[in-house]
Amino acid sequence: MTEALDLLLNTSLWAAVLRIATPLIFGVLGALLCERSGVLNLGIEGIMTMGAMTGWLTVYLGGDLWAGLLVAALSGSVMGLLHAMLTVPLGLSQHVSGLGITLFASALSYYLYRLIVVVGDLPPTIEPFAPLSIPILSQVPVLGPILFSQTLPTYLALLAVVVMAYTLARTPLGLAIRMTGENPHAVEAQGLNPIRIRIWSVVAGSALMAVGGTFLTTAAFNSFFPEMVQGRGWICIALVVFASWRPGKALLGALLFAFFDAYQLRLQTVVEDVPYQLFLMAPYVLSIGALILVARRARVPDALMVPYRRGER
Amino acid sequence: MRLERRAHVPLHLALTAPLAAVAVALCLAGGLIAAAGVNPLSAYVEMLTGALGSRRSVTEMLTRATPLILTGLAAAVAFRARLWNIGGEGQFFIGALVTAWIGHALAVPGPIGIPILMAAGMAAGALLLAVPAYFRLRFSVDEVVTTLLLNFIVILFVGMMVEGPLRDPMAFGWPSSVPVDGDFRLPDLVPRTRLHIGFLFALAAATIVWVILARTVFGAETRAAGLNAQAATFAGISLPRTLMGVALLSGALAGLAGAVEVLGVTAAVTTTMSPGFGYAGIVVAMLAALHPAGVVAAAIFVATVFVGADAMSRATGVPSFIADVIVAMCLLTMLVALMVTTYRVRR
Repeated sequence: MTEALDLLLNTSLWAAVLRIATPLIFGVLGALLCERSGVLNLGIEGIMTMGAMTGWLTVYLGGDLWAGLLVAALSGSVMGLLHAMLTVPLGLSQHVSGLGITLFASALSYYLYRLIVVVGDLPPTIEPFAPLSIPILSQVPVLGPILFSQTLPTYLALLAVVVMAYTLARTPLGLAIRMTGENPHAVEAQGLNPIRIRIWSVVAGSALMAVGGTFLTTAAFNSFFPEMVQGRGWICIALVVFASWRPGKALLGALLFAFFDAYQLRLQTVVEDVPYQLFLMAPYVLSIGALILVARRARVPDALMVPYRRGER
Repeated sequence: MRLERRAHVPLHLALTAPLAAVAVALCLAGGLIAAAGVNPLSAYVEMLTGALGSRRSVTEMLTRATPLILTGLAAAVAFRARLWNIGGEGQFFIGALVTAWIGHALAVPGPIGIPILMAAGMAAGALLLAVPAYFRLRFSVDEVVTTLLLNFIVILFVGMMVEGPLRDPMAFGWPSSVPVDGDFRLPDLVPRTRLHIGFLFALAAATIVWVILARTVFGAETRAAGLNAQAATFAGISLPRTLMGVALLSGALAGLAGAVEVLGVTAAVTTTMSPGFGYAGIVVAMLAALHPAGVVAAAIFVATVFVGADAMSRATGVPSFIADVIVAMCLLTMLVALMVTTYRVRR
């Protein structure tokens, strides 16, 4: 028991929390942006897989790590554009289209990976983003290793939260996006084009999701293999509800979730006689629990999943 | 110019739509096959002969289609009522697990045991979907996310059981449960092949679901709930009761798929026994435009793609993941094709 508590005092646990949270932060921000504009994007799981593959592949084929990130974002936005075209101008079922994108993007990623990369006994690796050690700050006891020795994309994720929160809450663009998710007719009346706003929101959101995916293969780990996203996309969809569609709370949710994930990983080493699968189940059970707690009170965007057709009410 | 919903979809359109969707998907996937340096046409010929070229391959394809018919029916029943059951994979596994579990302990003659085991698998699948359905009705939790997350939970649970209490000490290599008693194995439909009478059960299930949906009050209530929940409530249909009924039926069908796969093919449960039967069931249901008869045809098509792609991959070196790409593309193209059939352009 004391061993389990000792784990909490270990700085490596808290450093891992930020690392594990990073793909979730990108993913949840992406999903949040899509949903704030009124489009549920269940393509997230596949888009993260696609990002994980394309980003890694770019580096594997000799590209820069940042080029990998950019390629991942681009591949994600292409999938996002596909989802947007099907669900916004055509107004098709967002559930089915999203699932289709997930199946398609994952299958395509695995196919291209197998086609381009020769896999031996072990999957080939790349040189991933190295943790920074910011001079002076990283020497600060406790906080140094936790906050100031992360990889660059982690800081990028934190920056993205601030930018997203500010843009949505304080800029005309953010207002237009939020209004499109609440009442697209009012947006049209303002002379803006809700269809265009939704398409671009989904494209941008999907790019963020893919960047989250590529963090897995170019920073947290150094190779790509099938099924590696492991439901993180679905967890992001749950976190958006948990966060009541607010970027700040989304960050909190991602951190909380990552804490439990990091803790269960370490708990496995101290607690004996408990099947490891029970620990691995914890994050998924937790997500369902969180949904039950907040779903009733959550302020869902009014026009979420309602296709907009001009001149139709 | 605007879009207008058709009151009635003409039969010729309803039949052409999936064919057109499949044709477009195959053309697009042809580009990917060409990228692998293989002629798409000869690859598709390889696929066809690989899946339908011999008695052995046809029976193998139908063996693969059996669980797909059942998971496809599960998705079709649920989607008709706008209950987004994406948990077919989890329901498949829980059905398989419970069947293998009881099938090892049960001591009754085969003809009595087999129906009991299938019923147990169905009950397990039904209960697993009843939970998220209850959460939706009671706490308004979206069932998409909960059913998806339950898939991961159930597969981990299966892993826990086959490495723990149900572990087969005789199995070396991959962990597997103790096989069910030989008396409970489903008899072969075609001698000396893997095709078992579970295929007939799947066809029977499709017929029963068809009758339920088309000829019973419950079927009509399901349709009403899916088309317009508000209007259905106004007409005196209890939405919670209908949705719960749909959830039990849908979960039971996916659970049956798991039970039949254990009794007919694998004899035991493992974490790797499903190449995504639950998820492919969604594609099957959509290709069938959610119609039970269409589900059988769509399942056979999807099974042909999977079995054929394996053979084609062995012959040409094109990664067998092409099957998943083709199936996923079909889902997207079918979605568009369905819109073309349900709407028409009015000037």
